[in-house]
Amino acid sequence: MYRYDTYDQAIVDTRVAEFRDQVARRIAGEMTDDQFKPLRLKNGLYLQLHAYMLRVAIPYGTINARQLRVLAHIARKYDRGYGHFTTRQNIQFNWIRLEDAPDILAELAKVEMHAIQTSGESIRNISADQYAGAAADEVCDPRPWAELIRQYTTFHPEFSYLPRKFKIGLTASDTDRAAIKLHDVGLQIVHGADGETGFRVFVGGGMGRTPFVAHLIRDFLPAGAICSYLEAILRVWNRHGRRDNIHKQRIKILVHDLGAQEFARQVEEEWQAIQPLGDDMPLAEYTRIAAYFTAPPFEEGLCDALDLSDARFAAWVQQNVHAHKQPGYAIATVSLKPIGGIPGDVSADQIDLIADLAEKYSFDDLRPTHAQNVVLPHVRKADLYAIWQALDAAGLATANLDLISDIIACPGLDYCSLANTRSIPLAQKLADRFADPARQLDIGELKLKISGCINACGHHHAGHIGVLGVDRKGTENFQLLFGGSGAEDASLGKIIGPGFTEDGVVDAIERAVEKYRDLRDPGERFLDTYRRVGSDPFKEAVYG
Amino acid sequence: MVEVAIPLSLRFRDDEPADEPAVTLDAFLDQPNALSVRIEGGDDVRRLGPALDRLRLVEIDFPRFRDGRGYSSARILREMGYKGELKAVGDVLVDQLLFMRRCGFDSFGPDQAIDLAVARRALTEYDFVYQQAADGRVPVWKLRHG
Repeated sequence: MYRYDTYDQAIVDTRVAEFRDQVARRIAGEMTDDQFKPLRLKNGLYLQLHAYMLRVAIPYGTINARQLRVLAHIARKYDRGYGHFTTRQNIQFNWIRLEDAPDILAELAKVEMHAIQTSGESIRNISADQYAGAAADEVCDPRPWAELIRQYTTFHPEFSYLPRKFKIGLTASDTDRAAIKLHDVGLQIVHGADGETGFRVFVGGGMGRTPFVAHLIRDFLPAGAICSYLEAILRVWNRHGRRDNIHKQRIKILVHDLGAQEFARQVEEEWQAIQPLGDDMPLAEYTRIAAYFTAPPFEEGLCDALDLSDARFAAWVQQNVHAHKQPGYAIATVSLKPIGGIPGDVSADQIDLIADLAEKYSFDDLRPTHAQNVVLPHVRKADLYAIWQALDAAGLATANLDLISDIIACPGLDYCSLANTRSIPLAQKLADRFADPARQLDIGELKLKISGCINACGHHHAGHIGVLGVDRKGTENFQLLFGGSGAEDASLGKIIGPGFTEDGVVDAIERAVEKYRDLRDPGERFLDTYRRVGSDPFKEAVYG
Repeated sequence: MVEVAIPLSLRFRDDEPADEPAVTLDAFLDQPNALSVRIEGGDDVRRLGPALDRLRLVEIDFPRFRDGRGYSSARILREMGYKGELKAVGDVLVDQLLFMRRCGFDSFGPDQAIDLAVARRALTEYDFVYQQAADGRVPVWKLRHG
């Protein structure tokens, strides 16, 4: 993985000192809370219902054991002994004191970590394919480009007071595991006809209260021009995006209002002006960064055979282990969705265990996913059983990847000051209802996503089944959406009718799932059946 | 509260300040003798292209410090070759000075007093930057590759 040089380290260290001074000036009353708010937000510090929450960046979802152990230490020393992996591959701590934040950042900086631009109206942490460098279907490892973009977008002087937040998603595969079409900018690395590396550029996707699937505005951008092209996109939006209504300020609204074609035209025009200025980094910088991402020293000639005589292990392998490009190796996903647990939560001890496993078995490499699980990307198949045993002993071996109990849920009203409803108890009830492993396997891939308010942090629009919590005359009410997808076949779920109580929505989902089982053709997922037959049979099943 | 404060402006130029009041963009373009212009949020600074030679002062207004349009306006002016005074006015706070300087502002007329000691630190504490911008600082990717 990437390692800081003296420049990167100096920049992060300076940020710690700068933020320490800003906190001191705020505590001394030298600036108002309104003035301080964007400064702390650009450093990942939110004021939530009960305490400050600190969101720590895990750039493009790659982290090593040494860094994980510092996260575990922070969980113990400054929080309540646990952390929470987010849908942007970051981790957040929910019980932070403002005056501790500078010290936490100083501890993070020692292991090349930070909380820069993890919130606020800034360019956020880049999301990337969690199987980067391991998947057989990628054209190249996308992470060197992600690191290059990370540096370009860190403290960008022109784009630090944007109309709203700005999120970039990156993949190098046709199979989209990073939900790039639901990002402000989605980038897919491709090879052109002559083998040149470039980007397909999608813009204007997003969830929130006005969801859109992103539009393709450039089919092939030479990779070396990515910074100037992003600059053009950001500049068009920074100049012309709305600033009069916080709900209409994301780039997706501008793209929608102008039309994708006109937006693309303006970007091209701006890019023609910007590109000659030489803001793009040279190939030598890409090459320097890429050297940190060379393939680990895989052993050759390993056997692919596995002893699956332990049925629970076999179930885990079937569901949570993915093919690796290197013979004898596999990609293993650690589910952070135990039945009855809180999606994405990990205790400090569990973080330490995952760190040990990454170090011992996966070339010191771990990948948080946007679905709030973590991946050991490079494990020998011969080690899978030992890994599974260690995970199982720590309650981390749930075999439910992409099944109905692998639920994405936002923190909801248990933590969040924006939420209308609680999400965690509903996720727990749903997981309990479908807890039977055989039943889950029979249902197959079903992405269930829960948001506790219209801001859609739980990605409900992208769920095969989505749940949106709303406030209905002072009581919690849950609306049901069907047909969303965050993958390469991205689509937005549609609300199927009146909402439900918490228990009612669990029953309704069960009825819809049973209807799918009645209607499905062999091999069809819930989403496929829904798309084939439409919503009517499901509405009838749910509302009877 | 703030002890070391200056009431008026921070200026990073050696020439004499323009002494006539800045007029709106439309008025400036209508008046061939005007030398100073004031850019409001939605104005397109590219309209100043034909008039750059007579321009001595551009004031860019920040109605709220969170309104970042002025950063793009400043960079576009510098990219067009404007060498005169570029002044950020309005809701300009000490924690925005560094990015404003990097975007080409060389003069500041904040509504509220700015603590000079804090300003000096804010403008000098970062030894390195990741991007090429309008302030001539060499980005780290250039330092890395000579």
